[in-house]
Amino acid sequence: MTSVTATADAVPRKAKVGSLERQNRWALRGSFAALSVFVVIFLVPPFYMIMTSLKSSAEISAQKGSPWIAQNPTLDNFAYLVTNEQFQRYFLNSVWVTALVVLLSMTIAILAAFSLSRMGFKGSHVISTGVFLTYLVPPSLLFIPLFQVVGSLGLINNTWVLVLLFPTLAVPFCTWIMIGYFSSIPKELDEAALIDGASYPQILLKIFIPVALPGIIAATIFAFTVGWGAFLYPLAYLYSADQAVLTVGIVRELIRGDVFAWGTIMAACVMGAAPPIIIYTFLMDYYVAGLTAGATKG
Amino acid sequence: MADSSTMVIGAGSAKAPASRRVGSLKKLARRRSTTALLLCAPLIVLIVGLKVYPTFYAIFLSMLDRKMENFVGLNNFVYLLNRPSFQLVIFQSCLFAITAVVMKATLGFILAHLMHNIRGKNQRIWRGLLLVPWVIPLSLSTLSWWWLFDPSYSAFNWTLNWFGFESIPFLGTTWNARIAVIVVNTWFGAPFFMIMYLAALKSVPEQLYEAAAIDGASAWQKLIFITLPMMRNIILITVLYSLIVTFADFDIVRILTNGGPQDSTHLFATYAFNVGIESGNIPRGASVSLFMFPILATLAFFVLRDVLKRSKEIST
Repeated sequence: MTSVTATADAVPRKAKVGSLERQNRWALRGSFAALSVFVVIFLVPPFYMIMTSLKSSAEISAQKGSPWIAQNPTLDNFAYLVTNEQFQRYFLNSVWVTALVVLLSMTIAILAAFSLSRMGFKGSHVISTGVFLTYLVPPSLLFIPLFQVVGSLGLINNTWVLVLLFPTLAVPFCTWIMIGYFSSIPKELDEAALIDGASYPQILLKIFIPVALPGIIAATIFAFTVGWGAFLYPLAYLYSADQAVLTVGIVRELIRGDVFAWGTIMAACVMGAAPPIIIYTFLMDYYVAGLTAGATKG
Repeated sequence: MADSSTMVIGAGSAKAPASRRVGSLKKLARRRSTTALLLCAPLIVLIVGLKVYPTFYAIFLSMLDRKMENFVGLNNFVYLLNRPSFQLVIFQSCLFAITAVVMKATLGFILAHLMHNIRGKNQRIWRGLLLVPWVIPLSLSTLSWWWLFDPSYSAFNWTLNWFGFESIPFLGTTWNARIAVIVVNTWFGAPFFMIMYLAALKSVPEQLYEAAAIDGASAWQKLIFITLPMMRNIILITVLYSLIVTFADFDIVRILTNGGPQDSTHLFATYAFNVGIESGNIPRGASVSLFMFPILATLAFFVLRDVLKRSKEIST
């Protein structure tokens, strides 16, 4: 078959390649032009966020000249926030909540995924399907009954409630990602280890976790995104400023002031958006690979 | 536990001469499945305790009166259905979810195609730039949209005035506000569609396009007869999944309009929050949320069917 196509191609190849190349070059230029337009549009809000964060309240209220550019850029807003006790507390609350949520979610997800993908027991298929199904149950369906549940546990207005509830948002998807990665590890690998006398904890720690590291990174980023950015649960269950996390703190507490505090608010948003952006800058490829693992097959 | 016996049948069916070995295998298998269950236990406790149980508890709650003392059957649902403001919520939720998902899918499709034309290292940078909206925590980026829409300081209006147009009250009138929340949701969600579609595009074998090119197919024909059929599955599942998430959306409307003007932009989630948490009518709030349930369950059914089919295909 190869010989047939080769002879058929041989004659017109030169002319065709030339025109295809020209076509491709134009497609490339057009794509770059269109993408530039889209990038500019998509980056308007973050750009304006940064610009506003560099303005003083006086400059915002004066409304002179273009609002798109900070005429006298200043870092005062950031300096104010860094020394502001309330903001420090939001930030620290977000940090420890996110750290615990990631740790907890990943432990639960890795153990369960190992068990579900390798140690198959009766009903393990039902559980994996069920896990995926619960991933599709959104928090906005559950926050009212959970209000009662959380209340009966005495956790209303206590930051720990997030450590309890955020894993419910992260674990199903993390488990799902991990099942996918663990299933792709050849069975021969752990069978060989079993024959050599390795125990299950050893197999998990020495084979599965190192081999599935890209998947673990992807799942960790997902858990981080949930812990850092989720909004509904903290808004519903934390009402005093000292228990609030970043998202709710900025939206609820900073806006109470007069309208000209927008410079500070936007500076707070920039600082809140920075950790995810930094993490994604370095690890985005893993995350995208984890998310789209299903898309590239079948 | 009962499964250990079935597993041993498989292991011991080679008629092992020594029954001692079967016994130890049985023990091993039993221990194995006990460990397996133990490893799953935290997951099961979490899911059952904080997802399954609250779902059923919501159904119970929705049938109580405001003081949560008397059982009132379906009265909360009937009451809500008869209220014009709740009818608006149903309308707005459907409008919001369907329009936003169609726009996200279309935009994501276009972006994925443009991105697919760019190969190599450049693609990573462009993709990174376009993913920024999706990476910033939604509640924070919505604040910057709110500031862009602000009635007296809007930078959009400044630009419009600069070009000689009238100012627009972006969040001030019903339809403007409805469009605004859809635009913000599209802005946030389109990058997700882009990366999903980009991955799907990459998995379409290049030979198909080459063969089509030799047969003289136009770009449009390639799109209709190769790209779309090859991407059918992934388009379907992304759209269904996104419909679920968008129906249940909370952050954007809560921050941008909080349901206003005149309760015309409320979604199920934000309305439930107002009724259940802010006005303290927990049972009625629960019934507002539960109106989402049949819609989400139908969508979830189709997602699940597709995912199971796909994972079966992958495993074989």
